[in-house]
Amino acid sequence: MNYSTLRNSPSRWHWGLVAAVVHRLSGLLIAVFLPFHFLSLGLAFESEAFSDFIAWTSNPLVKISEFFLVAALAVHFAGGLRILALEFLQFSKAQSFFISLSFAVSIVVGLLFLLSVFS
Amino acid sequence: MGRTDPIDSPPEGRDNQDMLAVEVHRGTEDDSRFDTFYVPMSENQSVLDVVTHIQRFLDPGLAYRFACRVGVCGSCAMTVNGIPRWTCRTHVSRVSSNGTLRIGPLKNLPVIRDLVTDMTDFFEKWQKARGRFVEPSDSDTVSDNLGSSTTAASNKSFPVRGENGLYVIPPDGAARSEANAAIECINCGVCYSACDVVRWRSDYFGPAALNRAWAALNDERDGDHEGLLRMISSNGGCHNCHSHQSCATHCPVELNPTQSIAGLKKASVKASFRAGRQK
Amino acid sequence: MNIRSYLVQRISAIVMVPFVVTHLIVIILAVQNGLSAEEILGRTRGSFGWAVFYGVFVLAVSAHAAIGVETVLTEWTTLRQRSATLVAHIFGFLLIIIGLRAIFAVISP
Repeated sequence: MNYSTLRNSPSRWHWGLVAAVVHRLSGLLIAVFLPFHFLSLGLAFESEAFSDFIAWTSNPLVKISEFFLVAALAVHFAGGLRILALEFLQFSKAQSFFISLSFAVSIVVGLLFLLSVFS
Repeated sequence: MGRTDPIDSPPEGRDNQDMLAVEVHRGTEDDSRFDTFYVPMSENQSVLDVVTHIQRFLDPGLAYRFACRVGVCGSCAMTVNGIPRWTCRTHVSRVSSNGTLRIGPLKNLPVIRDLVTDMTDFFEKWQKARGRFVEPSDSDTVSDNLGSSTTAASNKSFPVRGENGLYVIPPDGAARSEANAAIECINCGVCYSACDVVRWRSDYFGPAALNRAWAALNDERDGDHEGLLRMISSNGGCHNCHSHQSCATHCPVELNPTQSIAGLKKASVKASFRAGRQK
Repeated sequence: MNIRSYLVQRISAIVMVPFVVTHLIVIILAVQNGLSAEEILGRTRGSFGWAVFYGVFVLAVSAHAAIGVETVLTEWTTLRQRSATLVAHIFGFLLIIIGLRAIFAVISP
């Protein structure tokens, strides 16, 4: 058994904690965004108001925000899958590291795809 | 009375020995500071050796805990460079790259003084998660002091008694293997100190208590699995764990409370569906 | 968190798996060649299918987000458990109301 030091860095950060904080922050972002999302969609009661709103979203700052929001959703989703795997499939620590890694890779792939769409 | 002022200039070492600059937490939570001491470096030096040297030769007023010194009791757990560790099993050379060390008491626990924490909360939660064995009764129903009643038969895999009157439990059985993975805990408090949810929620049982509850749940002889599941499903129970796995990362005995807690979550979900169907 | 909120949280998450995947695909398709109101409403107006889809999605995400918010409030703020639960319930119900209203807005012809 390896009783001696597990880590040498003076930081308590490790992959499980990174994944958890990313999951939480992305969830918070989505939760804050949802009321705006629902209220702006509610503009569709008047076609003109809705069209004006959609036209406004072509603003580059809005596009950048959209990018972060979609990324947040994708990240939160992937992190959630990791949690479900850990809790219902009782993955070990090593296995969950690979889940984290695979979700990081999938996020990168997804974001690259999105980038090509937005440009 | 020992010195309480920090030593500003390093004392001369013998034979050009290198000196370790050690910052040590002193005082209580309300009156907290870090004193700097200079300790001669040597090969095969553990952090506990460093703390012992300070208390013996530099400041006898330093309060700290230890017992076995050989990594089997867990008493010497402290925060070393931000990470909870057994100081007797932590080589200085592995944690200190530039000749400095920062030693503090375990986090998430009240500080009595210097490097000594009050472990009361930790042990009370251990008791509260009902990690004690409950004797099953030979009669049909068992009523324990938790106010629940259960039948030994509700514990589906209740073992039979052998000819000598002892319960027969194969060592490689499924439940025994699960219990095996969790029973080596010696209550050192490192996981409790590392856990973020313990820091965020004062009512959370914590990894050690829940890990122990999982071992108890896998004890096929236990007479009150229902009550145990109810206890760990309450506020402060296993569902607060967010699977950060800080506990598993730092456990000196390489246990995985996150995995044990995942087992508790599954068991509690199954039990709640069973209860729903029985209504 | 206790077992009830845990179950709602996990079950709503599992329910939402196909919804999130679909929503991400729809978003990516919709932003191709620029976002347009006509394209969005052309898809949703009068569609019973999308009404059901987004209806279920709104209910699930409202429950999921409310419990998430309750957890964050309890763990990261000084709010007490009861206050956090109250805020979360209000947030969840508000989301359901404006969410269903939004569906009505984009679906009704």
